[in-house]
Amino acid sequence: MGSGSTALTGARILWECLEREGVKTVFGYPGGAILPAYDALQHSSIRHILVRHEQGASHMADGYARATGSVGVAVATSGPGATNLVTGIATAMMDSSPILCITGQVGSKLLGSDAFQETDITGVTLPITKHNYLVTRAEEVAPAVREALYLAKSGRPGPVLIDITKDAQQGTCAFDFEAAAPKMRGYRPDLSPAKAAYDKALAMIAAAKKPVILAGHGIAISGAEREVQAFAERACIPIAMTLLGLGHISASHVLNMGMMGMHGEAWVNKAIQEADLLLAFGMRFDDRVTGNLKSYAPNAKKIHIDIDPAEVNKNVKIDLALMGDLRNILLELLPRVEPASRGEWIEQIHKLKGDTAVRDIQNLPDNGHLYAAHVINDLWRETRGSDAIVVTDVGQHQMWEAQYYKHDHPRSLITSGGLGTMGFALPAAIGAKVARPDAEVWVVVGDGGFQMTMAEMATIAQENLKVNIAIINNGYLGMVRQWQEFFYERNYEATPLLNPNFAMLAQAYGIKSHVVKHRSDVVPTVRAARAHEGPVLIDFQVEQEDTVYPMVAAGAALHEMIRRPNPIVETAEDE
Amino acid sequence: MFHTFVVYVENKPGVLSRVVSLFRRRAFNIDSLTVGRTEKDDVSRMTIVTEADPDQARRIVANIYKLVNVLLVDDITGQPALLRDLALIKVGATQETRSQVLDLAAVFKARVLDIASESITVELTGGEEKVDRFLELLSPYGLLEVVRTGIVAMRRGAKSPLVALKAELGPAPAEESDSVSHSV
Repeated sequence: MGSGSTALTGARILWECLEREGVKTVFGYPGGAILPAYDALQHSSIRHILVRHEQGASHMADGYARATGSVGVAVATSGPGATNLVTGIATAMMDSSPILCITGQVGSKLLGSDAFQETDITGVTLPITKHNYLVTRAEEVAPAVREALYLAKSGRPGPVLIDITKDAQQGTCAFDFEAAAPKMRGYRPDLSPAKAAYDKALAMIAAAKKPVILAGHGIAISGAEREVQAFAERACIPIAMTLLGLGHISASHVLNMGMMGMHGEAWVNKAIQEADLLLAFGMRFDDRVTGNLKSYAPNAKKIHIDIDPAEVNKNVKIDLALMGDLRNILLELLPRVEPASRGEWIEQIHKLKGDTAVRDIQNLPDNGHLYAAHVINDLWRETRGSDAIVVTDVGQHQMWEAQYYKHDHPRSLITSGGLGTMGFALPAAIGAKVARPDAEVWVVVGDGGFQMTMAEMATIAQENLKVNIAIINNGYLGMVRQWQEFFYERNYEATPLLNPNFAMLAQAYGIKSHVVKHRSDVVPTVRAARAHEGPVLIDFQVEQEDTVYPMVAAGAALHEMIRRPNPIVETAEDE
Repeated sequence: MFHTFVVYVENKPGVLSRVVSLFRRRAFNIDSLTVGRTEKDDVSRMTIVTEADPDQARRIVANIYKLVNVLLVDDITGQPALLRDLALIKVGATQETRSQVLDLAAVFKARVLDIASESITVELTGGEEKVDRFLELLSPYGLLEVVRTGIVAMRRGAKSPLVALKAELGPAPAEESDSVSHSV
């Protein structure tokens, strides 16, 4: 192609740009308005993975992005194809995941005429994308694709959508890749704090007696895993993790206290409440980690390091904000932060741990019941050290996974945090497996969420992906049931599930399957699944009315946690 | 309190809806909004007035900046600035009251645009309060039709934020005391 330009159709330009930008795989579903693009795929080396529902495509792109940090790409047709992407786009938006969605659109002359399969998808996705484009001419394809990929990945990452009319795909124009380089006058993702802010931060840290680091998703996005650990070690500051922070600092690190928030460790929440300085690293004080804002960490000064200035003072009043890339900021701070030991504070935290770490049900004798916690913990013991990726859905199993699977590696947990999207796990795991084919991938999913997107088992079969599926099957929408138990007088309205035979269902897709009802069968079955070459589904039929403890009720203070009654409440079967 | 934001945006389709959607999405109520062209073909300018406390105002600025097509946001609240509202007012005026209405218009330096047998239409430009006052005084005669553009605003002094934009875009220029300027 050289320096000059060649004439190509918009459809060809689309794939050519993606390929040159390094995109290797897209997840998609064809349809009328995107057919020119699908036809042009024959000229490209890009791998297309056919999904069974477009929601699957956007979650797969998301899983791909979270497993690697690269942009995941989803493709769909106009109208229903595009609207089916929406849940995945909103999920990616809330969790700052870089995805690019490409949708076909009716011909530009038909726009606004309510043509067949026409939806105003740029209008629909306006508040749930970082930015979006309506492309009506072939000339606009290359600049839009290159800008979109840059936007998705830079600054605070997020989803970007390009809606391309059919005639823009079919039309021909001169293609010059270099000339289409992003030119965005108004987009400035590279912030850096003023020098005075660094000095002030260092003084605050030096003066703190009881500091705590709040470690979030931003650590992985910024690639600051080593810097955060080095900083914590040098200044001797314990670390509390958000759900999306898990793994970015090893769970076995001596300063890593574990997860904070609604279902976090009680002693971690207590440490936050008693702290005199909170260092928020790439996290946004979500209501699930703060509890009641009026009583949140009342004695603590707060330093917020984040790439997004709109997050400052949004939920929690901040004393000092350092806006910019976390890794760059820590690289500035690291050589200047005073080494400290903070013996008293560390000791106090260990005491808190001794007082309250009684919820552990691992040591419970095998009483014939299969608890989800056992399944998760055994899965962790079997897979630890293997750098496995666990992809969870949303609900009780998600919280148990966060509590009982000790993540030691960055990007080893993929889960829908902000939006809490049921149905996320299976397709996101497919995306993760495609992105990292050598990694062991486990789906941990509830029986409710699994049924929202289980059609993607067909994608697993068609692409022959070695994905292991662990259904934590309790016959309920467990987390909703738990809220009904606590806050709605055990009125279990619409939460019991009549489930299909998951094992038979898997077999119908050509996926090997097992059913596990006893604790003694967990480890052998996990081993068998790992040893099997192809995908495996295990239906873990667990205790039906188990509850996630501890818990901060919505609106309660962070340290006021509902604790597991002692001894463990046995359920109907025993009474 | 009311905050006045001057927002420079790329002159592209859909930008207005992005800005407005942001206010809707974050539940900030827009009191007035004007959009128009500027001295540059590819730049449009909005003046947005909204009720917000200082923290909210900072968050509004930060959120507007997140929009890719936004070039510059300037919160001119409390700054030396010119704020103007334009109103077209059709007021009832019979033969007996016509001269009184015309007197008022003259005092307010309103331009008379149209006189009919039972109405007078005038144009008034000025600060919001001046327009409010004028409407109040006219109301006994019967306000038949009123339209106001909403505030357009500009900082006093020689500096243009767009000049700063040329130098590869930073946040709004620092507040330095400008060369002296007076109302005329």
